[in-house]
Amino acid sequence: MSFFTQFDFSVIAPSLPFLWEGLKFTAKLTLIAMAGGIFLGTLLALARLSSITPLAMAATWYVNLMRSIPLLMVILWFFLVIPIFTGKPMGAETSAIITFTAFEAAYFSEIMRAGIQSVPRGQVHAGQAIGMTYWQTMSYVVLPQAFRNMLPILLTQTIILFQDTSLVYAIGAKDLLKAAEIAGKNYGRPLEMYVFVALVYFVICFALSLLVKQLQSRTAIVR
Amino acid sequence: MPSRFSGNAMNYHWNWGIFLQQVQAGEETYLDWLISGLGWTVAVALAAWSIALLIGSLIGTLRTLPNRWLAMAATAHVELFRNVPLLVQLLLWFFVVPELLPRDLSLWVKQDMPAKEFFTAVICLGLFTSARVAEQVRAGIQSLSRGQKMAGLAIGFTLPQTYRYVLLPMAFRIIIPPLTSEFMNIIKNSSVAFAIGVLELTFQARQMQEDSEQGIETYLAVTLLYFIVAFSANRGMALIERRTRVPGYIGGAK
Repeated sequence: MSFFTQFDFSVIAPSLPFLWEGLKFTAKLTLIAMAGGIFLGTLLALARLSSITPLAMAATWYVNLMRSIPLLMVILWFFLVIPIFTGKPMGAETSAIITFTAFEAAYFSEIMRAGIQSVPRGQVHAGQAIGMTYWQTMSYVVLPQAFRNMLPILLTQTIILFQDTSLVYAIGAKDLLKAAEIAGKNYGRPLEMYVFVALVYFVICFALSLLVKQLQSRTAIVR
Repeated sequence: MPSRFSGNAMNYHWNWGIFLQQVQAGEETYLDWLISGLGWTVAVALAAWSIALLIGSLIGTLRTLPNRWLAMAATAHVELFRNVPLLVQLLLWFFVVPELLPRDLSLWVKQDMPAKEFFTAVICLGLFTSARVAEQVRAGIQSLSRGQKMAGLAIGFTLPQTYRYVLLPMAFRIIIPPLTSEFMNIIKNSSVAFAIGVLELTFQARQMQEDSEQGIETYLAVTLLYFIVAFSANRGMALIERRTRVPGYIGGAK
């Protein structure tokens, strides 16, 4: 009894449109959480490095807290708590988008903090010396360099984020994995679907990781 | 359960005594559920961690060897386990792998294997993390100066002896900080095991939330438990790190 006599992969083709819908949500979730996470993460990093102690402490606490809880628990937390505060039920998809943005912000902030700290101090002084304000120094001098230095790591984190989106399974949001599960049930062929999505995830992640490697050698700043 | 959504935060009915109350159907209290969940979380994490360390060290070492085929096989292992989401891997191990086994073994796994969910989760999480450990081990070995390997070979060690007595003892001591993060990751990642029915903390949290309707207290308690476990792991690794510091390195013993 071999793999191919037992398994029937002919169910993949008819379910492709359905899986495509799932993949679209996975991609949307990844992209929004990446953009939102990097934006909020940069603000968090600036807050952590700021000289205003309460601000720095609050940001540090937020980042450490998010990083010490399993993502699954954070997903369950947000799904439970947001409706209690807003007073109305919230769809799993919206909840997932908010959760991932808030969660990834903590991880991206650590990367951005390392990036900011990798910029020589003299650059900040130079900015100040020519009369730039704090925000001008940051947005024209420090952050562009920090961003460039950290680009490969930011993308690697995005690949991890892409994989982690499969956890929205826990609250029933319809991502690629959930779509595969539903399609598997409909056709009575769940195993083939699991194998197929694993393959899809692998191809996307592997291709992205090769891209990151290439980028790494291209963006490296020669000092 | 529309009542849960009907009010705002002010209307939430707090009940901190919930942990000592009995569950809907049974003699135990909710606290019993959480404690047993904690036990399973720790068991899954520790068992998976030993697999991850063992296989990760082996694969990481293989990636640095001069033999191209061995290095390529090790790279394939790392890429395979790194590029598929943990949850998908877990579902593959649980549902698909038993179908690929020889008939008798397959039947045994599906019907009679004791603690099937637990062992599946341990193997899956162990191999998933082994790819990450392997990358750290490789980085550790490659961070050593070439002279160390040459010195080992020059005094007549074979290549395996050079690894055993020179390279690996150094590499492991250098990579303890990233291994600490991986150890904490494995504790957090063990939460995924709920998906195949391991009765660990996240499973118990969901169960208690549905059974008691006291979601906030439940999740606060469970979050705190995860925090305590991860923090203990962190302190334990910090202790090992202090004991094994290498003299002469930044942050090393004097």
